[in-house]
Amino acid sequence: MSPTATLDDATLLALRTPASAGELFKVFNRLALQGFGGVLPIAQRELVERERWLTQQQFVELLSVSQVLPGPNIVNLALMFGDRYFGWRGAAAALAGIMLAPLVIVLLLAVLYAKFAVLPVVAGALRGMGAVAAGLVITTGLKLAVTLRKNPMGSQLCVLFTTLTFVAIALLRWPLVWVLLGVGGTAIAVAWHKLGPAARVPQ
Amino acid sequence: MTWQTLLVGAHGLQWADLVSLFLHFLMLSMLAIGGAITTAPDMHRYVVGERHWISDADFTASVALAQAAPGPNVLFVAVIGYNVAGLAGVASTLAGSLIPSTVVAVAAARWGHERREARGVRAFSAGLAPLTIGLLLSTGWVLALPTAARWSTLGLVAFTVVLMLRTKISPLWLIGVGAAAGVAGWA
Repeated sequence: MSPTATLDDATLLALRTPASAGELFKVFNRLALQGFGGVLPIAQRELVERERWLTQQQFVELLSVSQVLPGPNIVNLALMFGDRYFGWRGAAAALAGIMLAPLVIVLLLAVLYAKFAVLPVVAGALRGMGAVAAGLVITTGLKLAVTLRKNPMGSQLCVLFTTLTFVAIALLRWPLVWVLLGVGGTAIAVAWHKLGPAARVPQ
Repeated sequence: MTWQTLLVGAHGLQWADLVSLFLHFLMLSMLAIGGAITTAPDMHRYVVGERHWISDADFTASVALAQAAPGPNVLFVAVIGYNVAGLAGVASTLAGSLIPSTVVAVAAARWGHERREARGVRAFSAGLAPLTIGLLLSTGWVLALPTAARWSTLGLVAFTVVLMLRTKISPLWLIGVGAAAGVAGWA
Protein backbone atom coordinates (compact mmCIF):
# COMPACT_ATOMS: atom_id res chain seq x y z
CA MET A 1 0.00 0.00 0.00
CA SER A 2 2.92 2.42 0.54
CA PRO A 3 3.48 3.22 -3.17
CA THR A 4 -0.04 4.68 -3.26
CA ALA A 5 0.70 6.79 -0.19
CA THR A 6 3.81 8.33 -1.76
CA LEU A 7 1.91 8.92 -4.98
CA ASP A 8 -0.63 10.83 -2.91
CA ASP A 9 2.10 13.04 -1.45
CA ALA A 10 3.53 13.64 -4.91
CA THR A 11 0.15 14.66 -6.34
CA LEU A 12 -0.35 17.05 -3.43
CA LEU A 13 2.72 18.98 -4.58
CA ALA A 14 1.68 19.18 -8.21
CA LEU A 15 -2.06 19.82 -7.93
CA ARG A 16 -3.68 21.47 -10.96
CA THR A 17 -6.93 23.41 -11.39
CA PRO A 18 -9.41 23.25 -14.28
CA ALA A 19 -8.77 26.08 -16.77
CA SER A 20 -12.37 26.70 -17.90
CA ALA A 21 -15.95 25.49 -17.70
CA GLY A 22 -15.31 23.93 -21.11
CA GLU A 23 -12.47 21.85 -19.69
CA LEU A 24 -14.77 20.73 -16.86
CA PHE A 25 -17.34 19.58 -19.43
CA LYS A 26 -14.68 17.75 -21.43
CA VAL A 27 -13.15 15.89 -18.49
CA PHE A 28 -16.48 14.94 -16.86
CA ASN A 29 -17.82 13.84 -20.25
CA ARG A 30 -14.71 11.68 -20.78
CA LEU A 31 -14.93 10.02 -17.39
CA ALA A 32 -18.70 9.43 -17.69
CA LEU A 33 -18.29 7.69 -21.04
CA GLN A 34 -15.72 5.32 -19.54
CA GLY A 35 -17.91 4.53 -16.54
CA PHE A 36 -19.52 1.20 -17.30
CA GLY A 37 -21.32 -0.09 -14.21
CA GLY A 38 -20.66 3.14 -12.31
CA VAL A 39 -18.55 6.23 -12.77
CA LEU A 40 -16.92 6.39 -9.35
CA PRO A 41 -13.80 4.28 -10.04
CA ILE A 42 -13.14 6.26 -13.24
CA ALA A 43 -13.75 9.58 -11.47
CA GLN A 44 -11.11 8.68 -8.90
CA ARG A 45 -8.62 7.71 -11.61
CA GLU A 46 -9.29 10.72 -13.86
CA LEU A 47 -9.67 13.49 -11.24
CA VAL A 48 -6.96 12.31 -8.85
CA GLU A 49 -4.44 10.32 -10.88
CA ARG A 50 -4.73 11.80 -14.39
CA GLU A 51 -5.89 15.44 -14.12
CA ARG A 52 -4.52 15.87 -10.57
CA TRP A 53 -7.35 18.26 -9.70
CA LEU A 54 -7.78 16.62 -6.26
CA THR A 55 -5.64 14.62 -3.82
CA GLN A 56 -6.92 11.20 -2.73
CA GLN A 57 -7.76 12.85 0.60
CA GLN A 58 -9.78 15.66 -0.99
CA PHE A 59 -11.54 13.14 -3.22
CA VAL A 60 -12.69 11.09 -0.21
CA GLU A 61 -13.89 14.22 1.58
CA LEU A 62 -15.85 15.44 -1.45
CA LEU A 63 -17.29 11.96 -1.92
CA SER A 64 -18.26 11.70 1.76
CA VAL A 65 -20.21 14.95 1.57
CA SER A 66 -21.87 13.99 -1.73
CA GLN A 67 -22.93 10.69 -0.16
CA VAL A 68 -24.71 12.34 2.75
CA LEU A 69 -26.48 14.90 0.58
CA PRO A 70 -29.64 13.73 -1.15
CA GLY A 71 -29.27 12.76 -4.80
CA PRO A 72 -26.94 10.65 -6.92
CA ASN A 73 -23.41 10.65 -5.44
CA ILE A 74 -21.35 11.12 -8.55
CA VAL A 75 -23.69 13.81 -9.87
CA ASN A 76 -23.43 15.67 -6.55
CA LEU A 77 -19.66 15.34 -6.70
CA ALA A 78 -19.57 16.81 -10.21
CA LEU A 79 -21.88 19.68 -9.19
CA MET A 80 -19.88 20.56 -6.07
CA PHE A 81 -16.55 20.36 -7.86
CA GLY A 82 -17.77 22.44 -10.82
CA ASP A 83 -19.37 25.04 -8.54
CA ARG A 84 -16.15 25.42 -6.55
CA TYR A 85 -14.30 26.76 -9.60
CA PHE A 86 -16.84 28.53 -11.83
CA GLY A 87 -20.02 28.86 -9.74
CA TRP A 88 -23.31 27.83 -11.33
CA ARG A 89 -21.64 27.85 -14.77
CA GLY A 90 -19.09 25.29 -13.62
CA ALA A 91 -21.75 23.19 -11.89
CA ALA A 92 -23.85 23.18 -15.06
CA ALA A 93 -20.82 22.31 -17.24
CA ALA A 94 -19.82 19.38 -15.02
CA LEU A 95 -23.44 18.16 -14.79
CA ALA A 96 -23.93 18.35 -18.57
CA GLY A 97 -20.59 16.61 -19.11
CA ILE A 98 -21.50 13.70 -16.87
CA MET A 99 -25.15 13.32 -18.00
CA LEU A 100 -25.78 14.29 -21.64
CA ALA A 101 -23.89 11.76 -23.77
CA PRO A 102 -24.59 8.81 -21.41
CA LEU A 103 -28.32 9.72 -21.40
CA VAL A 104 -28.50 9.52 -25.20
CA ILE A 105 -26.60 6.20 -25.18
CA VAL A 106 -28.71 4.57 -22.47
CA LEU A 107 -31.97 5.57 -24.21
CA LEU A 108 -30.74 4.12 -27.52
CA LEU A 109 -29.82 0.95 -25.63
CA ALA A 110 -33.27 0.84 -24.03
CA VAL A 111 -34.82 0.81 -27.49
CA LEU A 112 -32.42 -1.88 -28.75
CA TYR A 113 -32.54 -4.00 -25.60
CA ALA A 114 -36.17 -4.94 -26.08
CA LYS A 115 -35.16 -6.64 -29.35
CA PHE A 116 -31.95 -8.40 -28.35
CA ALA A 117 -32.30 -9.26 -24.65
CA VAL A 118 -33.17 -12.87 -25.43
CA LEU A 119 -29.79 -13.59 -27.11
CA PRO A 120 -27.48 -15.57 -24.75
CA VAL A 121 -24.47 -13.66 -26.12
CA VAL A 122 -25.96 -10.35 -24.91
CA ALA A 123 -26.84 -11.77 -21.49
CA GLY A 124 -23.31 -13.26 -21.16
CA ALA A 125 -21.61 -10.00 -22.08
CA LEU A 126 -23.72 -8.14 -19.50
CA ARG A 127 -22.71 -10.67 -16.82
CA GLY A 128 -19.00 -10.38 -17.68
CA MET A 129 -19.16 -6.59 -17.59
CA GLY A 130 -20.99 -6.77 -14.27
CA ALA A 131 -18.17 -8.84 -12.74
CA VAL A 132 -15.54 -6.32 -13.89
CA ALA A 133 -17.69 -3.45 -12.56
CA ALA A 134 -17.75 -5.13 -9.13
CA GLY A 135 -13.93 -5.45 -9.21
CA LEU A 136 -13.57 -1.76 -10.14
CA VAL A 137 -15.67 -0.58 -7.19
CA ILE A 138 -13.79 -2.82 -4.74
CA THR A 139 -10.46 -1.47 -6.03
CA THR A 140 -11.62 2.13 -5.55
CA GLY A 141 -12.56 1.33 -1.95
CA LEU A 142 -9.17 -0.27 -1.30
CA LYS A 143 -7.23 2.62 -2.87
CA LEU A 144 -9.14 5.27 -0.95
CA ALA A 145 -8.80 3.32 2.31
CA VAL A 146 -5.14 4.46 2.36
CA THR A 147 -6.32 8.04 3.00
CA LEU A 148 -7.74 6.99 6.39
CA ARG A 149 -4.18 7.04 7.73
CA LYS A 150 -4.33 10.82 7.74
CA ASN A 151 -7.74 10.89 9.42
CA PRO A 152 -7.76 12.76 12.77
CA MET A 153 -9.58 9.81 14.39
CA GLY A 154 -6.57 7.54 13.83
CA SER A 155 -6.37 4.36 11.74
CA GLN A 156 -7.79 1.93 14.29
CA LEU A 157 -11.05 3.80 14.87
CA CYS A 158 -11.40 4.33 11.11
CA VAL A 159 -11.05 0.59 10.45
CA LEU A 160 -13.68 -0.01 13.13
CA PHE A 161 -16.19 2.40 11.54
CA THR A 162 -15.49 1.06 8.03
CA THR A 163 -16.05 -2.51 9.25
CA LEU A 164 -19.26 -1.59 11.10
CA THR A 165 -20.60 0.10 7.97
CA PHE A 166 -19.72 -2.89 5.79
CA VAL A 167 -21.32 -5.40 8.18
CA ALA A 168 -24.50 -3.32 8.60
CA ILE A 169 -24.98 -2.52 4.90
CA ALA A 170 -23.48 -5.43 2.96
CA LEU A 171 -24.14 -8.34 5.33
CA LEU A 172 -27.13 -7.33 7.48
CA ARG A 173 -28.75 -5.10 4.79
CA TRP A 174 -29.88 -2.51 7.30
CA PRO A 175 -31.52 0.68 5.95
CA LEU A 176 -28.87 3.22 5.04
CA VAL A 177 -30.50 6.09 6.90
CA TRP A 178 -30.13 4.27 10.26
CA VAL A 179 -26.53 3.36 9.58
CA LEU A 180 -25.71 6.96 8.63
CA LEU A 181 -27.42 8.30 11.76
CA GLY A 182 -26.00 5.64 14.12
CA VAL A 183 -22.50 4.83 12.91
CA GLY A 184 -22.06 8.16 11.08
CA GLY A 185 -23.30 10.23 14.01
CA THR A 186 -20.95 8.41 16.40
CA ALA A 187 -17.99 8.83 14.02
CA ILE A 188 -18.64 12.56 13.62
CA ALA A 189 -18.84 12.94 17.42
CA VAL A 190 -15.54 11.06 17.82
CA ALA A 191 -13.88 13.20 15.12
CA TRP A 192 -15.22 16.36 16.81
CA HIS A 193 -13.71 15.23 20.11
CA LYS A 194 -10.35 14.26 18.55
CA LEU A 195 -10.04 17.51 16.63
CA GLY A 196 -10.20 19.49 19.89
CA PRO A 197 -11.13 23.15 20.30
CA ALA A 198 -8.28 24.36 18.09
CA ALA A 199 -9.32 22.42 14.99
CA ARG A 200 -6.31 23.30 12.91
CA VAL A 201 -4.80 20.02 11.83
CA PRO A 202 -1.88 20.75 9.46
CA GLN A 203 -2.77 19.77 5.89
CA MET B 1 -42.92 2.39 -33.21
CA THR B 2 -45.14 5.43 -33.74
CA TRP B 3 -44.30 9.01 -32.77
CA GLN B 4 -47.06 8.82 -30.22
CA THR B 5 -45.34 5.86 -28.53
CA LEU B 6 -41.92 7.48 -28.66
CA LEU B 7 -43.21 10.63 -27.01
CA VAL B 8 -45.60 9.47 -24.30
CA GLY B 9 -45.18 5.69 -24.37
CA ALA B 10 -47.49 2.79 -25.02
CA HIS B 11 -49.51 3.36 -21.87
CA GLY B 12 -51.09 6.62 -23.04
CA LEU B 13 -50.40 8.52 -19.84
CA GLN B 14 -52.24 11.80 -19.30
CA TRP B 15 -50.75 15.08 -18.10
CA ALA B 16 -51.98 14.40 -14.57
CA ASP B 17 -50.14 11.05 -14.59
CA LEU B 18 -46.92 12.67 -15.79
CA VAL B 19 -47.18 15.28 -13.02
CA SER B 20 -47.70 12.51 -10.41
CA LEU B 21 -44.70 10.65 -11.81
CA PHE B 22 -42.59 13.83 -11.61
CA LEU B 23 -43.73 14.62 -8.06
CA HIS B 24 -43.06 11.09 -6.80
CA PHE B 25 -39.50 11.11 -8.14
CA LEU B 26 -39.07 14.64 -6.77
CA MET B 27 -39.96 13.40 -3.31
CA LEU B 28 -37.67 10.36 -3.60
CA SER B 29 -34.79 12.55 -4.73
CA MET B 30 -34.79 14.29 -1.35
CA LEU B 31 -34.70 10.91 0.41
CA ALA B 32 -31.91 9.50 -1.76
CA ILE B 33 -29.18 9.72 0.83
CA GLY B 34 -26.35 7.42 -0.22
CA GLY B 35 -27.30 7.39 -3.90
CA ALA B 36 -30.36 7.12 -6.12
CA ILE B 37 -30.27 3.32 -6.12
CA THR B 38 -31.27 3.30 -2.43
CA THR B 39 -34.73 4.58 -3.44
CA ALA B 40 -35.24 1.93 -6.17
CA PRO B 41 -37.47 -0.26 -3.94
CA ASP B 42 -39.91 2.61 -3.50
CA MET B 43 -39.85 3.46 -7.23
CA HIS B 44 -40.73 -0.20 -7.84
CA ARG B 45 -43.60 -0.03 -5.34
CA TYR B 46 -45.00 3.06 -7.10
CA VAL B 47 -44.64 2.40 -10.86
CA VAL B 48 -45.12 -1.40 -10.74
CA GLY B 49 -47.26 -2.10 -7.67
CA GLU B 50 -49.45 0.96 -7.25
CA ARG B 51 -49.81 2.36 -10.79
CA HIS B 52 -49.19 -0.80 -12.89
CA TRP B 53 -47.44 1.29 -15.54
CA ILE B 54 -44.65 -1.26 -16.17
CA SER B 55 -44.07 -4.92 -15.27
CA ASP B 56 -41.70 -6.31 -12.67
CA ALA B 57 -39.42 -7.64 -15.45
CA ASP B 58 -39.37 -4.22 -17.19
CA PHE B 59 -38.26 -2.64 -13.94
CA THR B 60 -35.40 -5.09 -13.34
CA ALA B 61 -34.25 -4.82 -16.96
CA SER B 62 -34.23 -1.01 -16.69
CA VAL B 63 -31.83 -1.12 -13.73
CA ALA B 64 -29.57 -3.76 -15.32
CA LEU B 65 -29.36 -1.87 -18.59
CA ALA B 66 -28.29 1.39 -16.93
CA GLN B 67 -25.67 -0.54 -14.94
CA ALA B 68 -24.17 -1.95 -18.12
CA ALA B 69 -24.23 1.33 -20.07
CA PRO B 70 -21.58 4.04 -19.59
CA GLY B 71 -22.43 6.91 -17.27
CA PRO B 72 -23.87 7.51 -13.81
CA ASN B 73 -26.07 4.72 -12.42
CA VAL B 74 -28.82 7.29 -11.77
CA LEU B 75 -29.67 6.96 -15.47
CA PHE B 76 -31.73 3.88 -14.55
CA VAL B 77 -34.29 6.50 -13.56
CA ALA B 78 -34.39 7.70 -17.19
CA VAL B 79 -34.86 4.15 -18.51
CA ILE B 80 -37.76 3.58 -16.08
CA GLY B 81 -39.25 6.88 -17.27
CA TYR B 82 -38.85 5.81 -20.88
CA ASN B 83 -40.57 2.48 -20.25
CA VAL B 84 -43.41 4.18 -18.38
CA ALA B 85 -44.15 7.05 -20.77
CA GLY B 86 -41.57 7.48 -23.56
CA LEU B 87 -39.57 10.70 -23.76
CA ALA B 88 -42.13 12.60 -21.66
CA GLY B 89 -41.56 9.98 -18.96
CA VAL B 90 -37.78 10.50 -19.20
CA ALA B 91 -38.27 14.23 -18.66
CA SER B 92 -40.55 13.62 -15.65
CA THR B 93 -38.38 11.10 -13.80
CA LEU B 94 -35.03 12.71 -14.59
CA ALA B 95 -36.08 16.27 -13.74
CA GLY B 96 -37.76 15.03 -10.56
CA SER B 97 -34.62 13.13 -9.54
CA LEU B 98 -32.14 15.89 -10.30
CA ILE B 99 -33.68 19.31 -9.60
CA PRO B 100 -34.03 19.28 -5.79
CA SER B 101 -30.79 17.43 -5.11
CA THR B 102 -28.89 19.73 -7.48
CA VAL B 103 -29.98 22.85 -5.61
CA VAL B 104 -29.26 21.28 -2.22
CA ALA B 105 -25.85 19.95 -3.28
CA VAL B 106 -24.61 23.28 -4.63
CA ALA B 107 -25.95 25.26 -1.65
CA ALA B 108 -24.44 22.80 0.85
CA ALA B 109 -21.13 22.71 -1.00
CA ARG B 110 -20.83 26.52 -0.86
CA TRP B 111 -21.77 26.65 2.81
CA GLY B 112 -19.32 23.86 3.71
CA HIS B 113 -16.44 25.06 1.55
CA GLU B 114 -16.51 28.54 3.11
CA ARG B 115 -16.31 26.95 6.56
CA ARG B 116 -13.97 24.08 5.66
CA GLU B 117 -11.55 24.90 8.49
CA ALA B 118 -14.33 25.03 11.11
CA ARG B 119 -14.31 22.22 13.66
CA GLY B 120 -17.84 21.07 12.88
CA VAL B 121 -17.26 20.84 9.12
CA ARG B 122 -13.92 19.07 9.60
CA ALA B 123 -15.48 16.61 12.07
CA PHE B 124 -18.30 15.98 9.60
CA SER B 125 -16.08 15.07 6.64
CA ALA B 126 -13.43 13.26 8.70
CA GLY B 127 -16.06 11.29 10.63
CA LEU B 128 -17.87 10.16 7.49
CA ALA B 129 -14.73 9.21 5.53
CA PRO B 130 -14.53 5.65 6.98
CA LEU B 131 -18.27 5.17 6.24
CA THR B 132 -17.66 6.19 2.64
CA ILE B 133 -15.01 3.47 2.31
CA GLY B 134 -17.36 0.97 3.99
CA LEU B 135 -20.18 1.88 1.58
CA LEU B 136 -17.87 1.49 -1.44
CA LEU B 137 -16.76 -1.95 -0.30
CA SER B 138 -20.42 -2.85 0.38
CA THR B 139 -21.42 -1.82 -3.15
CA GLY B 140 -18.58 -3.94 -4.54
CA TRP B 141 -19.76 -6.85 -2.37
CA VAL B 142 -23.39 -6.56 -3.48
CA LEU B 143 -22.36 -6.36 -7.16
CA ALA B 144 -19.97 -9.30 -6.78
CA LEU B 145 -22.44 -11.61 -4.99
CA PRO B 146 -24.20 -12.88 -8.15
CA THR B 147 -20.77 -13.74 -9.60
CA ALA B 148 -19.90 -16.06 -6.70
CA ALA B 149 -21.97 -18.83 -8.29
CA ARG B 150 -19.17 -19.55 -10.80
CA TRP B 151 -15.44 -19.69 -10.15
CA SER B 152 -14.58 -18.18 -13.53
CA THR B 153 -16.78 -15.11 -12.87
CA LEU B 154 -15.40 -14.68 -9.38
CA GLY B 155 -11.93 -14.98 -10.95
CA LEU B 156 -12.84 -12.11 -13.27
CA VAL B 157 -13.63 -9.92 -10.22
CA ALA B 158 -10.29 -10.83 -8.58
CA PHE B 159 -8.38 -10.34 -11.86
CA THR B 160 -9.87 -6.82 -12.14
CA VAL B 161 -8.90 -5.89 -8.56
CA VAL B 162 -5.30 -7.11 -8.97
CA LEU B 163 -4.77 -5.42 -12.34
CA MET B 164 -6.30 -2.12 -11.18
CA LEU B 165 -4.12 -2.06 -8.04
CA ARG B 166 -0.88 -3.02 -9.81
CA THR B 167 -1.09 -1.33 -13.21
CA LYS B 168 -2.21 1.92 -14.82
CA ILE B 169 -4.34 0.11 -17.41
CA SER B 170 -7.56 1.89 -18.37
CA PRO B 171 -10.69 0.30 -16.81
CA LEU B 172 -12.23 0.45 -20.28
CA TRP B 173 -9.99 -2.42 -21.44
CA LEU B 174 -11.07 -4.52 -18.48
CA ILE B 175 -14.74 -3.90 -19.26
CA GLY B 176 -13.94 -5.12 -22.80
CA VAL B 177 -12.28 -8.23 -21.39
CA GLY B 178 -15.35 -8.82 -19.19
CA ALA B 179 -17.71 -8.50 -22.16
CA ALA B 180 -15.53 -10.84 -24.26
CA ALA B 181 -15.34 -13.40 -21.44
CA GLY B 182 -19.13 -13.25 -21.15
CA VAL B 183 -19.62 -13.73 -24.88
CA ALA B 184 -17.24 -16.71 -24.76
CA GLY B 185 -19.42 -18.22 -22.03
CA TRP B 186 -16.89 -17.88 -19.18
CA ALA B 187 -18.93 -15.49 -17.08
